Amino acid sequence: MSNRIETQHTMASTSPAPARRSGRRHPLATAALLVVGLLATGGAYALATTSATAETTVANEQLVEDGGKLFAANCASCHGLQGAGTEAGPSVIGVGALAVDFQVGTGRMPMAASGPQAEVKPVQFTQEQIDAMGAWVASLAPGPAVPPERYLAGDGDAAIGAELFRINCAMCHNVAGAGGALTEGKYAPGLAGVDPVHVYGAMSTGPQNMPVFSDLNLTPEEKNDIITYLQYIEENPSVGGFDLGSLGPVSEGLFIWIFGLGGLVAVTIWLTAKSN
Amino acid sequence: MRFTGWAANYIDERTSASTAVKTLGRKIFPDHWSFMLGEVALYSFVVILLSGTFLTFFFDPSMTEVEYEGSYVPLQGIPMSVAYHSSLDISFEIRGGLLMRQVHHWAALLFVASIGLHMLRVFFTGAFRKPRELNWVIGFLLFVLAMALGFTGYSLPDDLLSGNGLRIIDGMIKAVPLAGGWISYLLFGDEFPGTDIIPRLYVLHILLLPAILVALIGAHMVLLIVNKHTQFAGPGRTNDNVVGAPVMPVFAAKAGGFFFIVFGVIVLIASLFTINPIWNYGPYDPSPVSAGTQPDWYIGFADGALRLIPPHLETVIFGYTWSWNVLIPLVGLLVFLAAAALYPFLEAWVTGDKREHHIAERPRNNPTRTAIGAAGVTFYAGLWAAASSDLIATHFRLSIEGVIHALQFVTVVGPFIAYFVTKRVCLALMRKDREIALHGFESGRIVRLPGGEYIEVHEQLDDYERWKLVSYEEYQPLMVRPDARGRITARQRVRASMSRWFFEDRISPVTQRELESQRH
Repeated sequence: MSNRIETQHTMASTSPAPARRSGRRHPLATAALLVVGLLATGGAYALATTSATAETTVANEQLVEDGGKLFAANCASCHGLQGAGTEAGPSVIGVGALAVDFQVGTGRMPMAASGPQAEVKPVQFTQEQIDAMGAWVASLAPGPAVPPERYLAGDGDAAIGAELFRINCAMCHNVAGAGGALTEGKYAPGLAGVDPVHVYGAMSTGPQNMPVFSDLNLTPEEKNDIITYLQYIEENPSVGGFDLGSLGPVSEGLFIWIFGLGGLVAVTIWLTAKSN
Repeated sequence: MRFTGWAANYIDERTSASTAVKTLGRKIFPDHWSFMLGEVALYSFVVILLSGTFLTFFFDPSMTEVEYEGSYVPLQGIPMSVAYHSSLDISFEIRGGLLMRQVHHWAALLFVASIGLHMLRVFFTGAFRKPRELNWVIGFLLFVLAMALGFTGYSLPDDLLSGNGLRIIDGMIKAVPLAGGWISYLLFGDEFPGTDIIPRLYVLHILLLPAILVALIGAHMVLLIVNKHTQFAGPGRTNDNVVGAPVMPVFAAKAGGFFFIVFGVIVLIASLFTINPIWNYGPYDPSPVSAGTQPDWYIGFADGALRLIPPHLETVIFGYTWSWNVLIPLVGLLVFLAAAALYPFLEAWVTGDKREHHIAERPRNNPTRTAIGAAGVTFYAGLWAAASSDLIATHFRLSIEGVIHALQFVTVVGPFIAYFVTKRVCLALMRKDREIALHGFESGRIVRLPGGEYIEVHEQLDDYERWKLVSYEEYQPLMVRPDARGRITARQRVRASMSRWFFEDRISPVTQRELESQRH
């Protein structure tokens, strides 16, 4: 619509002089028409959506309020009543709803005891409660939100995902996602069986010792590729037989010493045993 | 029958094979389970040769870059070297290829492991003593060659894991003062990784190293036949005879059967358990290093040494950085290996014993040697465990610093503890043996004497059992004696003090007289 007006305007300004002299249109008419048009469309759009926004706002406020209460009851002793953090726990301002979804959704928070790092344990809240706390935390300051389903579908390119995984993740999580050691008793957990939204959440929010892989660093599509790769290796177990924990040469070495050579030593004892 | 007779005669007349068959066929092998460990090594080497030959039909060691077009989805379209591509093809496209790869790799692990155990058996029974010192050295070279073959093979697929391993070797080479950079360029032909290293390692892996290995195995076998096999002490077994089964037919049949058992065990393991899933690691790229990156077990001790050395040990002299944190492990391991290789000569010098020994000793009967061995094993074990420090930390829920410090303790102090504990245990066992030989063993039968006293009846061993307990050699510390010119050299003094160290604490074997006086 505005295009057409533009075009008319251009036509008007470039039209030959006799047309202008006819006085049929005021020079400001085009601009006025533009303002009217914009107001009309904008107003109509606003009218159409106000009621919906109002509803979500109400629902959202309710959610934020519930979340605030849950937070005050379960998290505030460490993270502070306003989420600004205490000596016992860091500030949650700006961590976003996705961080809450990851930490609480995997059972890491609330922590059972202070230790080198928060560990996975049975989830303590329902998804609604987690979402409520997420909404409250998100209301404190903007932060990463729970991503749309299409980035969690695992329908990306496994090869790109595998390459990104090797470059960005494998140094801590192992090429096969079996996990690995960090300093001071901390560790990168194994990735088998982790929900895609938590994989995504970990990448976006960088929980505990993990670095943040922002959307500039790994785009949402690339995160989906990584999720695709993780799903691929989980759904396609090793073609070579039992994988011995995918831990690499250490478990292979232990296996050959204990079962390979151990078994053969048993055979040698059997072969040289005196017959009774 | 007539045909076999004719054929045997035909061959014998032209080759004089009967002489060889007669000597070899009558060669006697004593029966003891620990004498078969070397056989495990030999048979797994045969399996390695067979499966390795299969792999060479399909492996292409080129480092030319291509795009992956095989059937493994998470690598499709990824650029990689031809070497890695062909390794993946062996795993995914070639019928039986993955099984052969796994047979080859598992057999290699077993090969080195059985060599290690075989060496420990020879060490702890003193089977390296004259006349077998040279065969010990050959065996040691075989062990080193096996490690070299294993490492070159581990590097060939050109995946991330093998590249990381090569990078560590490159780092170690570059730490060599002055010449390091030159050696690295000579080996890699370029700045690491270059495009030459895989073809070069391939030539070493399939031509040069196996050729030397086969030659040394031949020498090892010939010396085994020339020197005869050791045996444990027993009635009728002396230093001058060998009691056992002849090669033809008993031993040959047993050994042949055992070969197939070893082959079968390897194939069974290879068909059930993944080894080195190269598809997980992706093509080599110098930037990523995966968690859980370890060498195969036999290089683990070297990797562990690098993990245990404290950080920041570097000095800059005349603009050159001296990386002591690489050089100390490097030199330390070379000294350790050299000590293992030369131990027979050291012990021969300390004992001054020039006699031939064909009776294998029980480890307890030579406490100092056994204790030295235990110290060496502890040192090696500390380094070895350190190579898996990260996995120990995650699986036993420990902090990796704690694991490293504990293993530093094991590696440095542990050998001394192991030495003293082992020596005491050996002496205690010898004392126990002496006690049993003299007074018999507790029978568990309680008898009440007429006076009301209770005693437990001790029963005497039969002569066969007692033989094992009493027949061992006793060494005494050497005395310092002036030489022909009436002087006592420093060398003499060192030797005397070493000899005292070896044989000061000792338990003498039970003599015939003691036994007889006991009987009365």
